Amino acid sequence: MASSNLEGFTADISKSLSGPEWLSEIRNKAYSDLDQVEAPDTEEEVWRYSRVNELKLSELTPNSKRPENLTSLPIDRFSSSSATVVLQDGWISDITIEKEAEEAGVIICPVGDLEDGAKYFGAVLEKPVDLFGYLNRAFGPEPLVVVVPQGTVIKDPIVIVSLTDTNEAVFPRIMVHCEDNSEVKVVEIQTSSNAEAVISPVLEVTVGRAARYSHCVVQNLGAETWQFAHQVVDAGKDASAEFYIAGIGGEYVRTRTDCRLTGRGAFSRINAAYFGEDDQTMDFRTFQDHISSDTTSDLLFKGALADSSRSIYSGLTKIRPEASRTRANQTNRNIKLDPEAWAESIPNLEIENNDVVCSHASTVSPVDEDELFYIESRGVPTSVAERLILEGFFNEIISSFPVQEVSAILQEAIVGKLDRRTLNQSEQQL
Amino acid sequence: MVGVNRWRKRGDRDMTNSSLVIKNLHVSVSGKPILKGINLEILPGEVHVVMGPNGSGKSTLSYALMGHPEYEVTEGEVTLDGKDMLALPSWQRAQAGLFLCLQHPIEVPGVTLESVLTESARAAGRETSTIKKQMLEEAESIGFEEKLLERPMNVDLSGGEKKRNETLQLGVLSARYAVLDEIDSGLDVDALAAVSQRIQGFTHDQNLGVLAITHFSRLLEVLEPDKIHILNDGCIQLTGGPELVNQLEEEGYQVLLGN
Repeated sequence: MASSNLEGFTADISKSLSGPEWLSEIRNKAYSDLDQVEAPDTEEEVWRYSRVNELKLSELTPNSKRPENLTSLPIDRFSSSSATVVLQDGWISDITIEKEAEEAGVIICPVGDLEDGAKYFGAVLEKPVDLFGYLNRAFGPEPLVVVVPQGTVIKDPIVIVSLTDTNEAVFPRIMVHCEDNSEVKVVEIQTSSNAEAVISPVLEVTVGRAARYSHCVVQNLGAETWQFAHQVVDAGKDASAEFYIAGIGGEYVRTRTDCRLTGRGAFSRINAAYFGEDDQTMDFRTFQDHISSDTTSDLLFKGALADSSRSIYSGLTKIRPEASRTRANQTNRNIKLDPEAWAESIPNLEIENNDVVCSHASTVSPVDEDELFYIESRGVPTSVAERLILEGFFNEIISSFPVQEVSAILQEAIVGKLDRRTLNQSEQQL
Repeated sequence: MVGVNRWRKRGDRDMTNSSLVIKNLHVSVSGKPILKGINLEILPGEVHVVMGPNGSGKSTLSYALMGHPEYEVTEGEVTLDGKDMLALPSWQRAQAGLFLCLQHPIEVPGVTLESVLTESARAAGRETSTIKKQMLEEAESIGFEEKLLERPMNVDLSGGEKKRNETLQLGVLSARYAVLDEIDSGLDVDALAAVSQRIQGFTHDQNLGVLAITHFSRLLEVLEPDKIHILNDGCIQLTGGPELVNQLEEEGYQVLLGN
């Protein structure tokens, strides 16, 4: 039972949070359910290799106050966006909707502003899957909701900046609802100061019939921040749901992404690039759930691990009995740059239908010796050759991102990490 | 052409004191001795051909010269203009003027040829802004399609295209000694003609010294060899002039080597 560790997470704090009545009821229910929730443990398969046992829950308190001062925003580079939202320590602090999106009927607001807001909460994630999910329900401030009306195509991305500047536990929640045949891209930029915050964000997305949804996460948290993220999408008939994840910052960052392909002909993609350095841990769990027939899922995770950084990729592709003519692909490639770096890769397939095409592949290896030799044999110094190979390795992911500005941020972050590495190498040689 | 004058000038200098010298070279792979004392001296503009049966150590010679980490030199010397090559990492050997044309050029996903050649020029302190132009010129001279230059290195290239690509690099990098590891294997007639004529041109105009490793005499219809060496069981067992090729074609290795 987890509650014994949760002295700082009091009923009073949960009750003090603002929002509509139904939300308070959800919080109350989640709070009372905490008694029944087991604390995560690395003995469990879903937490294996994670660092959850290092987390001192008893020393944490939930953030309970809306921050007053808005810090500067890292969104200058978005030349055009349909809307900009700022979440600060999980609280909605600013929403700006451009005219075009507003006229198209796009709704972006605190969930309490909608009369029928309650229907979006838990629309995909009926029940939390772990302690952090329960805490998000019990201690999350009022969630953000995005509704894209039927048939509406929003060209420019909706940019959500999630800033954290506290040493407390923070619980942002975003709920996106794409009605039938709509199309939208959301960019979520996660940053934090060097605070030792523990962030547990939840993202729920429903993608209606034949709708097209893309979500880009730029995880650029501060070096001491921990995160336990859960993002879930439900894709309807002929819908397309795509996730793009740039894993850049944080001390320990766990991202669980569930793609539920409930409609016939639905498609999902999860592409991720991550680059660990120092003692960062990048922890990814994925679940591609093929519920209906003629569904397709594609997954490509590529990571580089430097210094004593670590990564975990653990993914399950599940093909349910009704999911005939499924196509599923799951690929994870890791380059281990230093002897102390460590990567674990566990792709799993669970197939309950015999009319499917599935593949999975995973590798953990140093930079390919033959590739390195080949480039060096053209007169390129070893460290530069390594850089070229790494840039090339990530290029496949970078170029797949649907928002150019996000590709640029990722590219720049990778170049920055490679610069630091080159600098460290040359210092060591001196 | 400005480039030609520059080359002639350097060639003149090379003629006086340059050479690639291999002395008593012993090489092991995974602890197993493959080369057991190779001696060769190649002067600028010379074409030396190494032939030999399968498993005689031909590819080992090329990889060891360029410094592939799997090939361990256990004894001997390799010098270029008196400079100890074995003490240098691969990239510095390349900077010193050594070039290896691989038998099976490596595919490097996501990395363009232009970026590699630019970084090589940068490391040498040479002008990098002209690399693309040089690439285009070389590509045209060997019939390498321009659009293929945009691809990641060797990815989705045919066997012939890969060898043209290697030859293009040889030209741009202005190497002084080239080790050609079976550059002719798997090439169609047109590609072989383009590649071998270009290399012959380098030996003639730029005094490129060549160590060509091959199974077949057809490369030598264009490339004019000065010396033929027969490699067998890790040693050069016979050296002669171009006439040795005909003799080999008629008699085979067994008879020629007196086994």
